[in-house]
Amino acid sequence: MSEIKEVIVKTDRLATDKYQVNMGPQHPSTHGVLRLLVTLEGEKVLNVQPHTGYIHSGIEKMCEAITYPQIIHLTDRMDYLSAHMSNEAVALCVENALQIEVPDRVKYIRTIMDELTRLASHQLWWCVYGMDLGALTTFFYGLRDRELILDIFEETCGARMTVSYNTPGGLMFDIHPNFQKRVKDYIKYFKTKLPEYDQLLSGNVIMRERTEGIGYLTLEEAIDFGVTGPSGRASGFSNDVRKHQPYSAYPLVKFNEILDHRCDSLARYEVRIKEMWESISIIEQLIDNIPEGDYALKMKGVLKLPEGEFYQRVETARGEFGVFIISDGKKNPYRLKFRSPGFSNLFALNNMAKGHKIADLVAIMSTLDLIIPDIDR
Amino acid sequence: MKSFIEYIVSIFKGVWTLLIGMKVTGKYVFTPWKHVTHSYPENRDTLVMFERFRGEVIMPHDANNEHKCTGCGICELNCPNGSIEIISKSIVTPEGKKKRLIDQHIYHLGMCTLCNLCVKACPTGAIVMGQNFEHAVWDRAKLTKVLNQPGSKISEGVKE
Amino acid sequence: MAFNIYDFTTLTHDIHVGLAESFSPVLATTIEWVIVGVVYLLFVALFGLFLVYAERKVCAAFQQRLGPTRVGPWGLLQTIADFIKLLMKELIMPRKADWFLYNLAPFIVIIASFLAIAVLPFAPGLQSLDFDIGVFYLTAVSSVGVIGILLAGWSSNNKYSLIGAMRSGAQILSYELSVSLSLLTMVVFAGTMQFSAIVEGQRDAWFIFSGHIPAVIAFVVFLIAGTAETNRGPFDLAEAESELVAGFHTEYSGIKFAMFFLAEYINLFIVSAVAATVFLGGWMPLHFGNFESFNHVMDFIPPVMWFFMKVLGVIFVIMWFKWTFPRLRVDQILTLEWKYLLPINLVNILLMALVVLTKFHF
Repeated sequence: MSEIKEVIVKTDRLATDKYQVNMGPQHPSTHGVLRLLVTLEGEKVLNVQPHTGYIHSGIEKMCEAITYPQIIHLTDRMDYLSAHMSNEAVALCVENALQIEVPDRVKYIRTIMDELTRLASHQLWWCVYGMDLGALTTFFYGLRDRELILDIFEETCGARMTVSYNTPGGLMFDIHPNFQKRVKDYIKYFKTKLPEYDQLLSGNVIMRERTEGIGYLTLEEAIDFGVTGPSGRASGFSNDVRKHQPYSAYPLVKFNEILDHRCDSLARYEVRIKEMWESISIIEQLIDNIPEGDYALKMKGVLKLPEGEFYQRVETARGEFGVFIISDGKKNPYRLKFRSPGFSNLFALNNMAKGHKIADLVAIMSTLDLIIPDIDR
Repeated sequence: MKSFIEYIVSIFKGVWTLLIGMKVTGKYVFTPWKHVTHSYPENRDTLVMFERFRGEVIMPHDANNEHKCTGCGICELNCPNGSIEIISKSIVTPEGKKKRLIDQHIYHLGMCTLCNLCVKACPTGAIVMGQNFEHAVWDRAKLTKVLNQPGSKISEGVKE
Repeated sequence: MAFNIYDFTTLTHDIHVGLAESFSPVLATTIEWVIVGVVYLLFVALFGLFLVYAERKVCAAFQQRLGPTRVGPWGLLQTIADFIKLLMKELIMPRKADWFLYNLAPFIVIIASFLAIAVLPFAPGLQSLDFDIGVFYLTAVSSVGVIGILLAGWSSNNKYSLIGAMRSGAQILSYELSVSLSLLTMVVFAGTMQFSAIVEGQRDAWFIFSGHIPAVIAFVVFLIAGTAETNRGPFDLAEAESELVAGFHTEYSGIKFAMFFLAEYINLFIVSAVAATVFLGGWMPLHFGNFESFNHVMDFIPPVMWFFMKVLGVIFVIMWFKWTFPRLRVDQILTLEWKYLLPINLVNILLMALVVLTKFHF
């Protein structure tokens, strides 16, 4: 009997150790420079600890030295896929602080450009998600469709991704005469391509096996971590700023807030696909009805905000983006803080990835749609 | 028995979704002439950028080598990171008034973020955004440009 | 020497007779072996280069872009440029790696591929080994490649390589079963394991047409199991970058990596060639029983071209799988084999046996 007990004790020491692995700042799956310290036991993930700050550029500090119209061009380098929405947040914050109202034309154009940016961002997310799962052609199909939106931006604003189109008081210049026609042609084209996305990836049995039941984030956890955007809405957390605190032309359009209660990766995926359909519907409602008028108000040469604290939130493609300005009456802000959606979303990764295999970790991180410069600023 | 039927049905459903996916990519592989890429260096002759494309800041000169820059320095004030340096000089006109002229409009292309604030702020429309995007050079000193060409002067009738 | 493109037996017969006249029997046989070896080496090298280029061009066509276009006309010399680059790389060996096994592993993988190519019938008269247990030999020999992979992972002295090699080994061993059983289905139908007899038996109609439902099911299962065997397509988790490293060939560089790379494409060729031979008729033109004029027209194309057309068709379908589907996780790969493909195979063999016994086939 004692011999048997000895054998059992000896094999107990064959149990695998926990070991820590760096998914280092240089990733094969290119989400940016993020370091994840993963504690593994065999194949199972026990703990994921993100280390951020590899691309910290001091944007908030830089904003303390420049004037309000000059802050706008820095915001499109943070969350570069929702550049227009970040610009709009700063412009709206300054306009609310000065208590001025922009013309209706500006509101309509801002909302149309917002929704086009959201479409472009979700297309890029979809193509990178397919690539992370292994379906390498989805990368090119998503980019092909996104190129046409970037052409629209380039014709009107002059730049493809870092648009800098907003200024406090309106827009930098009026839309190009071809803008409406291009957008309408694009919507017609994209409506034939979006069902292809479903056929290629969403319905695929392999994709479903890889995402159903993986990366569970309950509603309580989503609220605790402050996970906003499509990742939070897939857990049933109703947080769409466009519905709760509408800005620009959002009070005038009819659209649905997409909520899903399944809380897993597949839910996050489907929420974004449905949001693409909603964006198309919003653009269709607005594109023919842009009112005539000025494209900007006449503002003073040097803008000085009154003393006080001002906050403005917008809904970017990733979640709620907030701009908080503390002003002491001068032409530079005293302190400017950005509430970035990626920062809150990233730290829910630990809860989502515990217990899954390492191959799932990359897929789960991909459904969160992280942009690292947004997290590090 | 029910789970056995579910098993068989799941096999057929799974294979059907895979075949639909293959049909989508099949549509593209059998039409390879419809590729969406451009052959970039070879198509330089026919490449036309949009007119509002922000490639770099240039100061257009007309046929008499004249520009519209008065040396006011508003573009330098508006630039967020100091990519523009205005060096102006003072001359005395025949009427006896002191006039400010532009000596050198130094533009650091290496630092410029192409934010368009200088172009928007210029009161005379002297600088515009050019469409050239091929700025790679071997020598960093070439990225510091002087925008007003040598021997040029301001054209008549430009308001201060 | 008569060179009849429709039947290579005249060519080989003439060479054999010519050699036997000029040299002693031992020397003649040795020279014949050398000729066969050189021909196979050249074929493997050239076809491997061509397949790498074709993969890149086909991949580009799926993604609506052009592939390599700059190196040589239409980018034809791209693979040669890649191989010259690999040849010039420094061969780094990890310090505590087992020297003998580390260097042996790429060779075993290539040798396994060569052994398997030897039995394939390219054209009437172009088959170097014609055993009467051809199919059995093929399945036996293709299992030798696993040893190479496991050796590569073990001898690298790297725990991630070992994990990758173990996964790869488990995957290949499981899918060997499916491959063998689906080939066995067709052996039941053909009644013989000899490759030349299998091809002859498809003179009236290819097996995929004459052995209707069970043959089609066996073909589909063979395609899936074949792509899993070669570690490509949706089953490439062992070497994809979403894992922490590159799998069992992480520690290899330069020419040794080129050998693993080449072996993967040669395995792709072997799987396609076996599918073309056993299911699609080998070098037999497309004949339909009684349409004499149609058969006569089909006979104009030389059998060698028929063979390569079929092989390239199957290769294209396998590439289609790779570029469309996402990757499967390793436990899903094994679930697919043991819970889905294996029962389907067993039931299919039963069905095929019934079909043969009741003569319910064309």
